[in-house]
Formats: sequence, C-alpha cells, structure tokens
Amino acid sequence: MQFDSFADFVAMGGYGFYVWLSFGCTLLTLGAVVVDSILKRQALTRSISQIKAKQDRMLAAREVKERL
Amino acid sequence: MWKWLHPYAKPEASFRLAGAFVPWFTALAVLCLSIGTVWGLLFAPSDYQQGDSFRIIYVHVPAAILSMGAYLTMAIAGFIALVWQIKQSEIYVAAVAPIGAGFTFIALLTGAAWGKPMWGTWWVWDARLTSELILLFLYLGVIALYNAFDDKALAGRSASILSLVGVINLPIIHYSVEWWNTLHQGASITKFAKPSIDSAMLWPLLINIVGFGAFLGALSLVRFRTELLKREQRRPWVRQLLLGTGEA
Repeated sequence: MQFDSFADFVAMGGYGFYVWLSFGCTLLTLGAVVVDSILKRQALTRSISQIKAKQDRMLAAREVKERL
Repeated sequence: MWKWLHPYAKPEASFRLAGAFVPWFTALAVLCLSIGTVWGLLFAPSDYQQGDSFRIIYVHVPAAILSMGAYLTMAIAGFIALVWQIKQSEIYVAAVAPIGAGFTFIALLTGAAWGKPMWGTWWVWDARLTSELILLFLYLGVIALYNAFDDKALAGRSASILSLVGVINLPIIHYSVEWWNTLHQGASITKFAKPSIDSAMLWPLLINIVGFGAFLGALSLVRFRTELLKREQRRPWVRQLLLGTGEA
C-alpha cells in the first residue's frame, strides 16, 4: 500500500484532480458504451416483436374478412 | 483444412458462437480491470519524477493501445468484407467502431489530463496527439457512414472502404514519436528490448491492457450480435429466437 490514509489516497500527492478526472472519465465512457450496447439490443427486440404483432393483427383481420 | 470453419458462415451459427464467447470475455474484463486498476492506484510505487500523476498510465496506455488494436481488427474485417463479401465482417466493422471511438476518446482525454500537470498544457498540435485525434475522426466517419445508408449492404461496403483507407494512420500514430519532435515520450513497453518501465509498475499496466482487450472483445461481440439480428430480422431463425415461434 502506497498511501497512509484515505485522504492521502484521494490527494494523490497533489495530482488528485488530474488522476481522478482521468479515471472518472474512463469509467463514464466505458459505462456509456456498455449502456448503449444493452439499450440497442433491447430496442431491437422490442421493434421486432412490434412488427410481428402488427403482422399477426393484419393476418387475423384478413381471416375475419375472408370469413364474411 | 479450414473446412470446419465453413459452417460458421451461416448467420445463425456465428450468432451462437459470438454468444458463447461473451460471458468469458466479460468475466476476464471485470477481473483484469479491477485487479489492474486497484493494483495500479494503490500498490504500484509512485514515479520518482512524476509522483502519483503517473498512475494515469493505467487507463491512458491501455486505451491508446486498444484504440489502435481495435482499428486494426476493424480494417482487417473491412478487407475481408470487401474481398470475400462476408456479411459478418461488415457487421463487425459497424460493431467495433463505437467501442474504438470510446477508447480513442479516453486516450485523448486522459492524455490531456496527464499533459496539464506534466507538460504544462492540456493540448499541443504535435504529431502523436494530432494523429490520435484523426483516429477519432476516422472512427466517427465509419460510424456516420454506416448509419448514412438505409441499404445496409451499401453501408457496410462504404464503411469497410473507409476503415481500410484509414489504416495508413496506424503506423503514423505509432512512429510519430520517432519521426517528429514531440512532447510525447517514446515507447516504454512496445519495443523489442527490455521494457524501460519497472516491473512493479509494468504488471498492473499489462493486466489492464488485457482487461481493455477483453472489454473490447465482449462488447464488440454483443454489438455484433445485435447488428446481425437487425440485418437478419426478416429471417425465420431470428423470429424463432426472439419470439419463440417458428412461422413468421
């Protein structure tokens, strides 16, 4: 362990602002890419099932019309 | 000899293969990134010249190396897509570009945050920094180009061509610190001779490089799978997979 106390660790020998800026932005950027990847997948699943539901409704309506 | 590889040309098979790798890459990424970062921040000795500011190396260098590594894989996939017209290669190009752009952004930003205390400036227009900025623009160009066309076959071809043309930037980035005078230091670990960084500092760095690589692997496969499903969404296998129905 290179630091004597938590305050020491946060201070990073006077470079705290730059070190935490770097690690913070890295975490945010990586997190954003992860979240974007997950949201894209969910949006796709939703849109495919919506298209499928619409097709099902159209098929059902056509069947009703044919029966009349 | 390579015949065992042929079945994976089927979209359904490559979708499943990619899915099988995701949990392993994810586990490796989480493991390496946590070990490397904690080790680098808490246990690595501080630098005799740079003090604790040198700890930025543990995100800066992995992001920078992998920003170029990701570009190389994207360009190779682009080449394969253009020459052999493999659809999955085009999809990989589109899948990896946003992750590469993220890595490049991290490398630039942490570089600036490291440059300010050490060089006295956030930014200089020198060769290393400028060529890395161009790498970010190349990534953004590939993303924009792929999204600009509704015809995804055309989009994939265009993005592949751009990624292939942009590969010229990679040696420029790598050798920029040797070819031009620059504030940026030379290589510490990528030369063939003994690394010029002490092993107590080198180990967490190597672990984080592996971690960033595994992160790239996991997320590029996740995005590859999404894009593949999108391109194939009218096919029965996708309907079956997502909705559990055979007919579509």
